[in-house]
Amino acid sequence: MTLLSPQSASVTAQTASRGRLGDRVFSGLSRAAGINILIILAGVAAFLVVEGRAGIFGDTEEMSGSDNFLQYVGPLVFGTVYASFLALLIAAPLGVAVALFISHYAPKRVSQTLGYLVDLLAAIPSVVFGIWGITVLAPILSGNLYPWLNENLDFLPFFSGTISTSGRSMLTAGIVLAVMILPVITAISREVFLQTPRLHEEASLALGATKWEMIRQAVLPYGRSGVISGCMLGLGRALGETMAVAIILSPSDGYFWSVLTNQNSNTIASNVALKFPEAYGLDVNRLIATGLVLFGITFLVNALARRVANAGFSGADG
Amino acid sequence: MMLDREITMRGSSVTDESTLPGDARPTSGANRGISVFDLNIYYGDFLAVADVSMEIEARSITALIGPSGCGKSTFLRSLNRMHEVIDGARVEGSVRLDGEDLYGSGVDPVAVRRRVGMVFQRPNPFPTMSIYDNVVAGIRLNSAKLRRAETDEIVERSLRGANLWEEVKDRLDQPGSGLSGGQQQRLCIARATAVEPDVLLMDEPCSALDPISTLAIEQLMLELKENFTIVIVTHNMQQAARVSDRTGFFNIAGTGKPGRLIEIDDTKRMFSNPTEQATQDYVTGRFG
Repeated sequence: MTLLSPQSASVTAQTASRGRLGDRVFSGLSRAAGINILIILAGVAAFLVVEGRAGIFGDTEEMSGSDNFLQYVGPLVFGTVYASFLALLIAAPLGVAVALFISHYAPKRVSQTLGYLVDLLAAIPSVVFGIWGITVLAPILSGNLYPWLNENLDFLPFFSGTISTSGRSMLTAGIVLAVMILPVITAISREVFLQTPRLHEEASLALGATKWEMIRQAVLPYGRSGVISGCMLGLGRALGETMAVAIILSPSDGYFWSVLTNQNSNTIASNVALKFPEAYGLDVNRLIATGLVLFGITFLVNALARRVANAGFSGADG
Repeated sequence: MMLDREITMRGSSVTDESTLPGDARPTSGANRGISVFDLNIYYGDFLAVADVSMEIEARSITALIGPSGCGKSTFLRSLNRMHEVIDGARVEGSVRLDGEDLYGSGVDPVAVRRRVGMVFQRPNPFPTMSIYDNVVAGIRLNSAKLRRAETDEIVERSLRGANLWEEVKDRLDQPGSGLSGGQQQRLCIARATAVEPDVLLMDEPCSALDPISTLAIEQLMLELKENFTIVIVTHNMQQAARVSDRTGFFNIAGTGKPGRLIEIDDTKRMFSNPTEQATQDYVTGRFG
């Protein structure tokens, strides 16, 4: 505000006062918007803590299933992290590959169209992904890929057990989640890859690097922090995804490493969606408490992403 | 001025091949001269540089001068096929290195660039790599498995060759971007020479540097020409006069017209008594 005063002093008094008024209004509005975010966030956090407390410390006799809160939320946390991790395992390499294709390999027109289509993928509602996953993807996978994995790689605990004939397994959920987080990872990776200074790319090419060697030498190191924060944002979305998982997964209580059977740990968000409509009394509080745990996990992932993104590439001076 | 003359003296004292110190490089038998014949360079349909023919002598410094946009940088980049990174770039004519056509069918541009290294206008060490890794970046592309002792030796030799060893030997693991501009440029020269190319192209290597750093690079060039054929593009005519053995003058007739090589001759003659009037006008500062 004070910075602007010498400037406004040079114009007529009337416009100056109007400018200052407009300034005040605008800065007030933007400040209110900023504070609003804090209020909403604090409000949600307070709600989760207040309502969730009874679910954590309340009498387990009054809840369905008499195990304590840690026993209750443990498998859900495991399921949430496991499904998201699977999704990230699939989507991260794929997203980086697609981003590289768009930024460095595809002809200009193809890359623009492809970039647009990838962004469009982000606009598809998750319930559609869920229905697509269970009616189209699951039967295909359980008919082809899953039996193959089960027969040939069953020495790994992930692929052992009796496979689910319906395909409603952890791997299907992971793959659908991967498709859902692919746009975020691709879009952010594409942006940082495109920003690689031409100077660095040419430095590499002039040393006799092939295109792929140039990408490994100049583009990937430059885009590293961007790719990581893109992955973390994708992970954040996968952690909180509700409908697609609720539709696809056939949940059981407990910890299950196998990704092909119909015994799967549920995720927090999906569990809330499935149980909430019929819950009453302290069960509601317990579901809210699991929401608090998810809030904590997501917060942690976002903080980590922010930290990695800000760390950047020390000493890079473009 | 005293300093200038001194450098020129040093430059002229090493032109005779028989006085060269023992050259341990394996390709020492090769000539490493470049013959350019009737070269036309296009970007799409646009003819950027027309009808260039010149002989670039081995183990000498050839400077290319001329006004902005006259195609001298484009021409330089065509010598290691770097201009091809722009879509639609192509050439007609031939560029021969030791008699081998760099644009022959089946010649891989990647292989060309391993023989013809390049130093750019702005220092461009890889920002995420240490000084050490920057120097061996090209080596690691060419031969995957090298023992640490071997790369250590290459790093020391290349950095000594670039007059940078004494300044950075205690911090080889620090990022290369932490060096000063002049040091970064010498690091880039070390990186380019580490792969032992035959030719070193320099595209205005001092234009982003202060006078002291520029002097260091110029001295370095005079040492490097014992082992490498050097082609340098420069906007600085004093620099061309100080370091080069031969100078080529490029000019452009007007916007949209192709750049052409007007004249190439011994540097001394180019700056004192050139054949063409345009050259005379340019080197005496009447235009450009």
